[in-house]
Amino acid sequence: MVRELKVTPIRNGTVIDHIGNGLALEVLRILEVHQLDKDSTVSVALHVRSSKLGWKDIVKVENMELSPRKVNAIALIAPTATISIIRDSKVGEKRSVNLPDRIAGVLRCPNPNCITNHGEPVESEFEVYRRRPVTLRCVYCERLVDEFLRLLR
Amino acid sequence: MGLKGRDLISIRDLSREEIDEILAASRRMLPYARGEKHSKILENRILVLAFFEPSTRTRLSFDTAMQRLGGGCVTIADPASSSIRKGESLSDTVRMLSAYGDAIVLRHPNEGAARLAAAVSELPVVNAGDGAGQHPTQTLLDLATMQEAFGTLSGLKVVLLGDLRFGRTVHSLAHALALFGSQMVLVSPPPLRLPEEVREQLDRAGAKVEEEEQLHRALRDADVLYVTRIQRERFGDDLEFARIADSYRVDTAVLAAAKSRLIVLHPLPRTVEIAPEVDGTRHAAYFRQAELAVPVRMALLSLLLTGKSG
Repeated sequence: MVRELKVTPIRNGTVIDHIGNGLALEVLRILEVHQLDKDSTVSVALHVRSSKLGWKDIVKVENMELSPRKVNAIALIAPTATISIIRDSKVGEKRSVNLPDRIAGVLRCPNPNCITNHGEPVESEFEVYRRRPVTLRCVYCERLVDEFLRLLR
Repeated sequence: MGLKGRDLISIRDLSREEIDEILAASRRMLPYARGEKHSKILENRILVLAFFEPSTRTRLSFDTAMQRLGGGCVTIADPASSSIRKGESLSDTVRMLSAYGDAIVLRHPNEGAARLAAAVSELPVVNAGDGAGQHPTQTLLDLATMQEAFGTLSGLKVVLLGDLRFGRTVHSLAHALALFGSQMVLVSPPPLRLPEEVREQLDRAGAKVEEEEQLHRALRDADVLYVTRIQRERFGDDLEFARIADSYRVDTAVLAAAKSRLIVLHPLPRTVEIAPEVDGTRHAAYFRQAELAVPVRMALLSLLLTGKSG
């Protein structure tokens, strides 16, 4: 319990726990916290003891619930994360992030010659080629992708 | 699921049974392709040939295939004069072309272009090459040539020689051969080895694949030698290219140790990979391979447009 208090509790919003050690800043980037309203608090805990992971990061964001697109992006970057929705200071819903079989609009294709990088009115789309370690395949050019950070849209 | 109305973007879109169906239909098309018999099965059908990259043999063989079955073609053969040049997206161009015909054959410099076209068009779309990506009808005619020579694709030992890294025909062919349980032997200069991800996909498909440095050793017991072009631009200097190109050149001396029934295939055009002296031997099957382009494409068009093949 003492550890929990290192990060301020929130009344309404989202807690993303069990983020792999050192990945919280990437999660913040996915959340686009700079676009939050100015009264919302964002708390970040880095390098927190975790019985499951050894060390972990935690992110709490007030007044934000995540779109499916953001959840999918977090699933790629931080596959161990759990997401809790807080409503009136209570955990309303808690779940692990889960990678769907197809992911649209989250990543750009790393193949510069892929048609999705050439101004077509189309969302990038990947299918899961392998889950451990996560490898995706571009639905269009069939390129395999296993590094996601620099490809986030 | 039948083939009528389907797209053919990647050889992966086809099951072994569907490939068998197309190859069987191709054999039935032989006398029609030669003009000895006549068919009107595609009468009043129009094929849109949308070639945004230069091509002679692929475009003409589709055109011939359509005409042999009584159909017609409209063609974009010069992208410089088309609306793409004016900044129109491929998606819009394909939507517009969809109003002109019954199926679209697309060649485009960008990988994934054909998949995109298939997503925006109601018509069957056939990929005739998308950048360094897929060229599934080339694979079908490679397979047709092997099957014609041996009566089967199962259990063949196929040597893949040359540029296995960038050569798109090789990746599609290897995938198809894996479906048929063929054994593959890879022979390539170290910088042009099969990409790890393609190799891994073959392993996952349960394919029997081995690598061999020496061509003469790989050729022992081989049924097929599939040769690809090694391109000058893949090498830093001319000397290195000349050394590599020379060590992978197929001539009658190299073939002396091969089985008498071995066939040599090449997607053409060739440069120096196969010596002209091989042309007159019983091993040379690459011109036959090119001839089969028409019946194979006739069979495919017929199946996609009507569900029937004659």
